[in-house]
Amino acid sequence: MPSAVLNVADFTDEIHPEPVYQALLDKGVLAYQRCDVSNDVFFPPRWLCPVCGSDTYTWERSAGEGTVYSATTLSPRNKEPYVVGLIDVDEGFRLMSNVVGLPVEDVTIGMRVSVQFKDVEDRGAIPQFVKVDA
Amino acid sequence: MSARERELRGSTAVVGVAESMLGEVGPGISSLDLIGQATVAALDDAGLKKSDIDGLFTHSAFFNLPTVTTAEYLGIRPRYTDSTAIGGSSFVADLRHATAAINAGMCDVALITYGSTQRSSSGGLMTSGQVLTKSYESPFKPINPGSGYALAAARHMHEFGTTREQLAEVAVAARKWAQLNPVAFMHDDLTIDDVLNSRMVSTPLTVRDCCLVTDGGGAVIVTSAERAKSLKKAPTYILGAGEAHWNMHISQMPDLTETCATESSKNAYEVSGMKPSDIDVVEVYDAFTINTLLFLEDLGFVKKGESGAFVEGGRIAPGGELAVNTNGGGLSYCHPGMYGIFTIIEAVRQIRGEAGARQVDDVHVGMAHGNGGSLSTQCTAIFGDESTL
Ligand SMILES: [Zn+2]
Repeated sequence: MPSAVLNVADFTDEIHPEPVYQALLDKGVLAYQRCDVSNDVFFPPRWLCPVCGSDTYTWERSAGEGTVYSATTLSPRNKEPYVVGLIDVDEGFRLMSNVVGLPVEDVTIGMRVSVQFKDVEDRGAIPQFVKVDA
Repeated sequence: MSARERELRGSTAVVGVAESMLGEVGPGISSLDLIGQATVAALDDAGLKKSDIDGLFTHSAFFNLPTVTTAEYLGIRPRYTDSTAIGGSSFVADLRHATAAINAGMCDVALITYGSTQRSSSGGLMTSGQVLTKSYESPFKPINPGSGYALAAARHMHEFGTTREQLAEVAVAARKWAQLNPVAFMHDDLTIDDVLNSRMVSTPLTVRDCCLVTDGGGAVIVTSAERAKSLKKAPTYILGAGEAHWNMHISQMPDLTETCATESSKNAYEVSGMKPSDIDVVEVYDAFTINTLLFLEDLGFVKKGESGAFVEGGRIAPGGELAVNTNGGGLSYCHPGMYGIFTIIEAVRQIRGEAGARQVDDVHVGMAHGNGGSLSTQCTAIFGDESTL
């Protein structure tokens, strides 16, 4: 899938897995690693492929679309309720995120979602997901 | 399973069990004091002296270097030390580790212990292990560990049609058992509607789907089967055990509806030569109601997806088809942060016939199953009385 391959140096001077991932998020890119040996996709970022153990990998750009695998609503006192979900991203990895932009009761398992980015103080951008209209 | 592990079947036994003060112990009593209380009582139960202990196994969210801190407090210089830190299941894993150490001649009398004043100290859930590595979950503000279990419950409901009422059945059954246990924290009547109408914590789980926050400690003493025969009480033999972990974070769990209790129990069954229908009492770590459902499936008592229907109509309550969490569990008896050791204590008491009003008839084989993290670590142990050897 050459179109998804990222040349990290075009975006950041960072070279290690965690800061590269964050630097890419800060530029509006949801990225993941693909092993150069076994071709497995892995997330979250790390030094070696958890399938085959190789430490050679390529960063790829996710199209940012996925499906809600599971979701739970939290309603803290005196705050707006929010949804914590697990998102199966189409390129083959799962991440925890928030599903935003619609009433919490309308978030359903199996719903199609796409990524957007939110800045968090002291951390940088984080990925969140909104419903994709069918 | 290795053939050599099969040879360890029944080679060790639990010879002493005890709880400390439970519930809310109040100020002035530390988690180490609870370990001290439970250790004194377990030694008395076994008919052993503190000086007999030469292997120490513990874990804590209250202090670093858990065995070192505990050994200093108890005045023990163990020649075998094990601070296995895999959350609330650690103590069930310790049974298997102690069995290995005793058979290898590395210790003779193993003390497995735990104590926590998490209710009196903080009023909140304490989890073990300070996290200094970057989290890919915390920015999204899940409640830990509740939201992870809630995500598993939501997925189980989605895939299998499991209902909130069926989850609530687990809490109601636990409460009915707790009503038969004088030291249980909760004794009030509890209905399915009470569970459903309680404060929502993380959908679909209400506060009554979640374990208690209490103080409490426990101690378990393990020695060789040979030495056990000369001690105070009939030995409760460790017939087989297993341990597994596949993921730390809930977002890394391959399938939220299947835990690695499938793997831990497979080893325990193979080593012990037992099967689910041989088990007379089942003590599982019910941090949340979904745990009991998942474990009934993954431990082989029902098929995948059928646990919700199985627990309906009080089938795991007193007088039901399968005796599950006969002390009232983490939901209604006691939950001091890490509950695993209490599954062992109750299984042993049931096999000995010491469980009072909640005693199940004709118990020869019992299972203790511990869970840790966010459905991350699973440890299973199967015990039997002399008739099972
Ligand atoms: Zn690989």
